[in-house]
Amino acid sequence: MLLIPCPYCGPRSELEFKHAGEAHITREPQVADDQAWGEFLYTRTNPKGIIAERWRHTSGCGRFFNCLRDTVSDNILATYKSGEPRPSLETSGEPSR
Amino acid sequence: MSGALRLPRGGRIDRNQPVRFTFDGRGYDGFVGDTLASALLSHGVHLLGRSFKYHRPRGILAAGAEEPNALVTVDRGGGRWTPNLRATQVELYEGLVAKSQNRWPSLAFDVGAVNSLVSPMLGAGFYYKTFMGPRFVKGAKLWADLFEPAIRRAAGLGEASRDPDPDHYATRFAHCEVLVVGSGPAGLAAATSAAQSGARVILCDENPVFGGSLADDNHAVIDGMAADAWAAATIEALAARPNVTLLPRTQAFGYYNHNLIGLNQRLTDHLAQPDHRAPRERLWQVRAKHVVLATGAIERPLVFPDNDRPGIMLASAGRTFLNRFGVKPGTRVVVATAHDSAYRAALDLAAAGVQIVRIVDLRESSEGALSVAAERAGLPIMRGATIVGTSGTTRVRGVRIGRVSGRHVTDLESLACDLVLMCGGWTPSVHLFSQSRGKLAYDEGSNSFLPGTPAQDQVSIGACAGTFGLAQILRDGHRAGHAVIKMAVEDRDFAVVGDDESTGAGFIGATPHDRDPTQVKAFVDFQNDVTAKDIALATREGFRSIEHIKRYTTTGMATDQGKTSNMNALGIASAELGRSVPSIGLTTFRQPYTPVTFGSFAGLSRDALFDPVRETAIHGWAAAHGARFEDVGLWKRAWFFSRAGEDMHAAVNRECQITRERAGLFDASTLGKIEVVGPDAAEFLNRLYTNSWTKLGVGKCRYGLMLNEAGFIMDDGVVGRIATDRFHVTTTTGGAPRVMAHMEDYLQTEFPDLKVWLTSTTEQWAVIAVQGPRAREMLAPLVDGLDISAETMPHMSLQVGTFQGVPMRLFRVSFTGELGFEVNVPADYGRAAWEALWAEGRKFDAVAYGTEAMHVMRAEKGYIIVGQDTDGTVTPDDAGMAWAVGKTKPDFVGKRSLGRPDLVAPNRKQIVGLMTDDPRTVLEEGAQIVGDPTPARGTHALGHVTSSYFSAVLGRSIAMAVVEGGRGRMGETLYIPMPSGSISAKIVKPVFYDLEGVRLNG
Amino acid sequence: MRFSLLSLIRQSFAHNTGWPEQWRSPEPKPSYDAIIIGGGGHGLATAYYMAAEHGMRNIAVVEKGWIGGGNTGRNTTIIRSNYLWEESEALYGHAMTLWQDLSQVLNYNVMYSPRGVMMLAHNIHDVQVFKRHVHANRLAGTDNEWLTPEQAKAFCPILNISKDIRYPVIGASLQRRGGTARHDAVAWGYARAASALGVDILQNCEVTAITRDASGAVAGIETTRGTIATKRIGVVAAGNTSHVMSMAGVRLPLESYPLQALVSEPVKPVMPCVVMSNTIHAYMSQSDKGELVIGAGTDAYISYSQTGGLHIATHTLDAICEMFPNVRRLRMLRNWGGIVDVTPDRSPIIGKTPVPGLFLNCGWGTGGFKATPGSGHVFAHQVATGEPHPINAPFSLDRFRTGRLIDEAAAAAVAH
Repeated sequence: MLLIPCPYCGPRSELEFKHAGEAHITREPQVADDQAWGEFLYTRTNPKGIIAERWRHTSGCGRFFNCLRDTVSDNILATYKSGEPRPSLETSGEPSR
Repeated sequence: MSGALRLPRGGRIDRNQPVRFTFDGRGYDGFVGDTLASALLSHGVHLLGRSFKYHRPRGILAAGAEEPNALVTVDRGGGRWTPNLRATQVELYEGLVAKSQNRWPSLAFDVGAVNSLVSPMLGAGFYYKTFMGPRFVKGAKLWADLFEPAIRRAAGLGEASRDPDPDHYATRFAHCEVLVVGSGPAGLAAATSAAQSGARVILCDENPVFGGSLADDNHAVIDGMAADAWAAATIEALAARPNVTLLPRTQAFGYYNHNLIGLNQRLTDHLAQPDHRAPRERLWQVRAKHVVLATGAIERPLVFPDNDRPGIMLASAGRTFLNRFGVKPGTRVVVATAHDSAYRAALDLAAAGVQIVRIVDLRESSEGALSVAAERAGLPIMRGATIVGTSGTTRVRGVRIGRVSGRHVTDLESLACDLVLMCGGWTPSVHLFSQSRGKLAYDEGSNSFLPGTPAQDQVSIGACAGTFGLAQILRDGHRAGHAVIKMAVEDRDFAVVGDDESTGAGFIGATPHDRDPTQVKAFVDFQNDVTAKDIALATREGFRSIEHIKRYTTTGMATDQGKTSNMNALGIASAELGRSVPSIGLTTFRQPYTPVTFGSFAGLSRDALFDPVRETAIHGWAAAHGARFEDVGLWKRAWFFSRAGEDMHAAVNRECQITRERAGLFDASTLGKIEVVGPDAAEFLNRLYTNSWTKLGVGKCRYGLMLNEAGFIMDDGVVGRIATDRFHVTTTTGGAPRVMAHMEDYLQTEFPDLKVWLTSTTEQWAVIAVQGPRAREMLAPLVDGLDISAETMPHMSLQVGTFQGVPMRLFRVSFTGELGFEVNVPADYGRAAWEALWAEGRKFDAVAYGTEAMHVMRAEKGYIIVGQDTDGTVTPDDAGMAWAVGKTKPDFVGKRSLGRPDLVAPNRKQIVGLMTDDPRTVLEEGAQIVGDPTPARGTHALGHVTSSYFSAVLGRSIAMAVVEGGRGRMGETLYIPMPSGSISAKIVKPVFYDLEGVRLNG
Repeated sequence: MRFSLLSLIRQSFAHNTGWPEQWRSPEPKPSYDAIIIGGGGHGLATAYYMAAEHGMRNIAVVEKGWIGGGNTGRNTTIIRSNYLWEESEALYGHAMTLWQDLSQVLNYNVMYSPRGVMMLAHNIHDVQVFKRHVHANRLAGTDNEWLTPEQAKAFCPILNISKDIRYPVIGASLQRRGGTARHDAVAWGYARAASALGVDILQNCEVTAITRDASGAVAGIETTRGTIATKRIGVVAAGNTSHVMSMAGVRLPLESYPLQALVSEPVKPVMPCVVMSNTIHAYMSQSDKGELVIGAGTDAYISYSQTGGLHIATHTLDAICEMFPNVRRLRMLRNWGGIVDVTPDRSPIIGKTPVPGLFLNCGWGTGGFKATPGSGHVFAHQVATGEPHPINAPFSLDRFRTGRLIDEAAAAAVAH
């Protein structure tokens, strides 16, 4: 059970959140190419390392936000609000692996 | 009349509280403070169990959680039957009933012991090599029908209870700055210094009494106090602090992500007459800022031939039984060791009057203080020597010893004894550290894996970190307690005298002997009957990773999870393969550290609390009026209302008929409801639903269809426009949370530019559907003069008003095809509104109907149920609802996907109606549809029946189905193959009743 | 040496000193005709069938750790084939056929035990879904039958069918040929049989790069044991698929989650079959050793950590205790996790990739073990011939472009 720092509420137990998949996937409904649209729908980075992912604080503020987490250690390196750019990890000062 | 081997004084037992207990039906006595093991030992009883495979007689190896042999069942009656308990941890209470396991007919005479005779055939992995049957016997019959049942009967340890467990279990979440695991000297010092800094401290220990090794220590003096007195004083001081929580009988069993530790607290098992209202155990989930692991070390057995006889135990266990329980575990002892610490046991036993027959030290020399003391005390010590065999069946009667010369042993000699103490050295308990994902580092000097860099905010101290000197342990503990919270507390030194200071590498692997190693049984994993030769065999057969060796031989996989065996197994593999221990690897330490009761995990989540029950405001009324309920998600929905003597079929027929004839009331409160508000509300709905909302007038409703991004139907419901900037959205019952989350997701992350607010109002509104030709009559007297005439309030319109003075949103909608209204009132008034409508309805014998009648009536009209007629692979066009798709809208969720190749492919499955040729035949939902009346195996199914009912109004069966190219097959006869033969049915439009739809507009 | 009762008796007189290595541990050759990346059950089965049925002997299985150490050795060993869609039924049914005499074919007792897999229905929606399966399976020739609660209890006497519990059992579907097998033995049995046919099994050999020639086709792999040339690679690296395929620049519709399982302490036989409940999220069987083997859920987030949250285990065990209230006093002995690669439609991907010479078998989610023989058999055809076996043709990567998904998850749908 993770301890997730909600950018609005502070650190809370994972039980209060719902995971919402990979972050920063751009929806472009005008795209003509079926391959590209299929990739938008289904292709995921699924990295062994740092992932940018979305969580929603369902049993809290209800907000979606983004999170950088190491999928090998499960350490959370940063959380940030939806719409904000992915922070560079140099500034957060945490090693990735 | 306590046991003959009980010392006249000493130990932590309460000699004022004698208790009686039985083991295998025979009565014994002991004292409060005893374990079952110590009490039986006081009576000279060593034979406690039989081994898993060979059924060899087994005694007590250890004194604590690492015990592999002495497993018993404790029966408290009435389903309180617990198998596989370690006798070394079962606390004695008056009337305890314990039984041995895995033996028949009795522990002393066990038929299963014949397995020993054919043991060469039962080597590691033997079952992979046989029981297959000859190749011409096709199929798994021989194995599954003959051999496997026999193996299954022979395997297993104790019996599981056949009755439900009447006890209950509690659960608790806790937070603290410092969690200290283990209450030995390291843990006590750490907890004390952490507590002094003001931190919230939780200190837990698996034992009933705190103090750890200090309880066995009758020599050391700390700060001028005897060790156990110092421990008692320290514990008392901790208990007095408000910021300290002490949890005895509490095992830290699992170390999870982000410093979450699972603790299992045993609350009542040690009590003679527990209050059965009290929880038996409690699961703690502790989120700690810092964790101090002071989990100690476990002594290793020596792997010599026949090292498993009852009466052969770990040296530290012998000392514990002597000092902690005041029991002499034997009268004539041979001590075999590869480490100094066994000399302490020998000295203590000698002081208690036990004859030390010989101390056999594997090492050529030992100059530790303890061996010097033993020498000085005149104990007979033989260095460079080992045990090469033992005798005795249900109790060890003697040993053969000899001098080690390389891999050989010479100068053999036999010694009589009734107790063998062995010590191969100490294995730090790094289980929790490893679970926390800290990397272990192999330390050649101590033949052990030690904690490396922690992966979480955590520190290991004391024996589990490879530190053994008491003064050092206390100093480390004190420092760890405050260092983790970064408080500037001075280091302190504890004045320690009389500490044993025994350190050393000990020994791992199999000891040398004079016999053929392929023929002797030198046990590594006692419970699973894994011997040194099994591990050698595995390495010969190519199993070279420790994980392979473990799986092939099952070493380390018993209920003790290899606490005493893992290092020896590694040592043997290392010797066999000629490779270093770290290159063979170390098996993963898995939760839990010791087995934890299922009930403890389940906690309060059982019976009615297993999952919350959602009931509508009208539930009580329905229950009082004969409703049978169905589970829909968490909701209880009235399924049908049974009048006296009616079965479901009769009830549903009546409900449908009367609703269509006159009127019916239906509790639709479980429908999801979302209030969508804001200047961009209509635009938001445009993007979330297939339909167009911009032009929907205030006071009007529209059926809305929601797709997922993949283009498939996800949900549906009626949406009403309350005001220009306010919509009342309804969803399916089960879909409500999902739709809400879906809307929030798009609103927050895709369309944050839209000014819209979403509020779930499912629980706020009670919804009563009033349906049928007389619905208006029924409703009119109650709506406080609101004009609900067909002219003012046509189908698919809504009005805001009051219902007998209560705020109301009234929708003119129908899911039956009849004139219908849905009355929304605040949930608190739901029951009153229902009863008022019911009273009106009684005037012309209206009915209350349940979900089944609702399903029948909607199917008569061909209205789909999302999740029943659709299954996540159905597009709007498949469902015949292309009309609901706003084609001119630039975008809505799912729009782009509708153009994908397979979603526009010909011959997709489409929703159609089905009429069986025999009107009495009601098809089974889920039945398959084919074109051939006698389909061969593997015939492609054209589709399946999604909804099927008997329609009382039509006097025949009706069904809905999805069929490939269904709309192009109108009038075609297809077949529904059933075990009793195919049923023929005609494809029709999915509308069966009131095809023109006139009743709707009544 | 052939395994048999006779060889066991002979060896017992020789005190088991004559057993040879079960599989060879050779040094890697500079090149192979084909390489399978991933030494789990599926990868070893693939290599075995490539050798046994396609005559390819100059092939290797490369494994970064020890064979069978991934999901093969971590799953709850359930075997069944009563899937809904015809494509799935064909695939899992193919495996079911191969399970029947796998022990004899491999000369290794994989302990396939058709003790029956029973799936519980707790609400009307479950009944509709399961009956749809029963009917579809009957048409396909797959055994799957419907049971009343009383029949379900007769089949599994410790099942609680009281009507007063939160989610009463209102019916069940039963596949009698479903059951369990010994997971390690499947990996070892295939390894031994493949090795005997000349397949090189290279353990502790982690792939660090997939190299491609000027045309973009596969040229070989770089490993921790050196460079190996090959023109054909089959990737069967469950739990690591996205990572391995990223070496060839291929992105996939996969997400990897920790899936937990646990066992109780061994007890005498109490559970004669496998029972699953999708609605309350738990399943249980009893191993030959006596442990109750319990499958738990996945964590919500992508992780390669092979551990899971405590709350997953608690939620599983509360469901188990509801279904089987007599096991509440038993104790969890071991709890572990594996990494499962999950596709959007919960069906595997078996077929070509955009890279010539590179083939893929992945995405088995939480249920790959049961498919091991069938998966290996059709994938061997795919790698050996370059073209799909008819059974795996529908499971192509291309379905995520066209939308022709094989959606076993959607078919289970949700409550209305």
